[in-house]
Amino acid sequence: MSTPQAKPKSTRQAFGEMLAEVGGKYPKVVVCEADLSKSTKSELFAKKFPERFFQIGIAEANMIGTGAGLALSGFVPFICSFGCFVTGRYDQVRMSVAYARAGVRIIGTHAGIGIGDDGHSQMGLEDLSLMRELPTMMVFQPCDELETRQLIEWLASDVEAIKQPAYVRLTRQNLAPVHGADYKFKPGKLDVLKRGSKVALLGSGSGVQECVGAYDILKAKGLEVTLVNVPTIKPFDHDGVLALARDHKFMVTVEDHYTTGGLGSAVAEALADGGTSGVKLVRLGVQDTFGESGEQPELYEKFGFSAAKVAEKILQTVG
Amino acid sequence: MPNTPNVEDLRKQAQKIRISIVEMLTEARSGHPGGSLSTAEIVTALYFSEMRHDPKRPHWEERDRFVISKGHGVPTVYAAMAYSGYFPLEELKTLRKTGSRLQGHPDPARVPGIEASTGSLGQGLSIAQGMALAARMSPKPWHTYCLLGDGELQEGQVWEAAMSAPNFKLGGLTAIIDLNGGQIDGPVSEVMNVEPLADKWRAFNWEVTVVNGHDFNELLPALKRARAADLHKGKPHMIIANTVKGKGVSFMEHKIGWHGVAPTKDECAKAVEEIRSKLV
Repeated sequence: MSTPQAKPKSTRQAFGEMLAEVGGKYPKVVVCEADLSKSTKSELFAKKFPERFFQIGIAEANMIGTGAGLALSGFVPFICSFGCFVTGRYDQVRMSVAYARAGVRIIGTHAGIGIGDDGHSQMGLEDLSLMRELPTMMVFQPCDELETRQLIEWLASDVEAIKQPAYVRLTRQNLAPVHGADYKFKPGKLDVLKRGSKVALLGSGSGVQECVGAYDILKAKGLEVTLVNVPTIKPFDHDGVLALARDHKFMVTVEDHYTTGGLGSAVAEALADGGTSGVKLVRLGVQDTFGESGEQPELYEKFGFSAAKVAEKILQTVG
Repeated sequence: MPNTPNVEDLRKQAQKIRISIVEMLTEARSGHPGGSLSTAEIVTALYFSEMRHDPKRPHWEERDRFVISKGHGVPTVYAAMAYSGYFPLEELKTLRKTGSRLQGHPDPARVPGIEASTGSLGQGLSIAQGMALAARMSPKPWHTYCLLGDGELQEGQVWEAAMSAPNFKLGGLTAIIDLNGGQIDGPVSEVMNVEPLADKWRAFNWEVTVVNGHDFNELLPALKRARAADLHKGKPHMIIANTVKGKGVSFMEHKIGWHGVAPTKDECAKAVEEIRSKLV
């Protein structure tokens, strides 16, 4: 399962390619789509396995229920749409999927302001928050091609995991490889990329890219931080966060999501529940405001979590 | 398992279920008698005549699936399941009590044999559609049934599934509307009219049959015809069952007030006496 990660790739593209592969390995994998197969990349599966691909049309609620029925009948459905649209049908996810403990894989692409041009209406900005709230729901956000591939195979095949609902948040934009070919995704665990001191810098999804950039900027200025990728938002690695809190004075989270409800909140909760004191937490991401049209790098700059902004914020904080 | 249906036996079974409904709601001191009593014959026809199921093996792969989309009507299903042998009749008294498996609305994780979690209205037909699609990919397919309320048809998602099931040519799917005419805030026709229903479902390309939902001589042939549809190329069937809200208990019949109020002990005794008189 070690595919070389030569070039940057969007996690939706990595998902689509892997979905078409796992379709061949696991006959119970089926896919539902709501008229966005070219965007979510589920079309790659549809071309290979048309008899296991169900085009539901522009009807996400109906797709969610259909997915629940398939899962409750022993199949492993991946249901695909933009994150905002599929989690926007919250009651269907809450009732038909989560409460039924139906092992539906909800794929939400077009995460955050990173989608750029289309503007706020198509941006999934509260999806992690919504999904994290539901009992039994697992929530993931991979940061590069290799991690996406491993996550998708695990969700398609792990005998325990397939019984549980899961939400996977994917990007429209390309992400550079973060991991080497020997990487092994561990569900529910933090992924420490670099060991440093003083500051633990945690990113999830596209946020990891900005953290990597910030790491380089800071290193050039003589500050080596600890760099952490967080692929699992739920179940959250509380112990991992508390271990980081013991070794660092500052913790910084970076995500293309509202700073409430997602990674930043999960870290804040872990710190508070752990009775941690003496650690300052800075949560970077989209504040309590709407997204807007634009170019992704410019938007990350404007909303304050580009690599340069993250580095700047850390230098200000550390003083 | 499928029985040879004897209409007289089924009629009696439906009355026993009615007694259980009234007794368990009285014990629970809450619940929905009107829309539970109206489905007694429909649910009896499914559990005691039409559906292939085995209470000893609730997760048997080849079993027919039944989704009660109008989740508040689940007491009828609990009673039918208890009489079928899924769990002791005695357990019906635990309905809605702390620690009971018998939740106020269905929960498949708690009760083997319950197929889906419903109660937020409008979602069951989509779930049933997923099950019917699954049947088609399974070596030993099953038939999928879905029971909808008439007020529930005001939910938009029902019409998403109404559109998609015929597109998938889901001959293995049968939906039934409990057309009892009432919802919490009043008559369905006044709250938000859903008629003309037969025309609507036919326009969406369903095979529609209108029956008296309390008459097994009409229900059974309609269910058999629906079951005979081609799994891969057939039309899904819609059985519109004309029913009476609160059926079988004269002081509850046609009364909107009995949508979501439990009977008192005295009312229960009176109701049970009336139903029993029809059993002999």
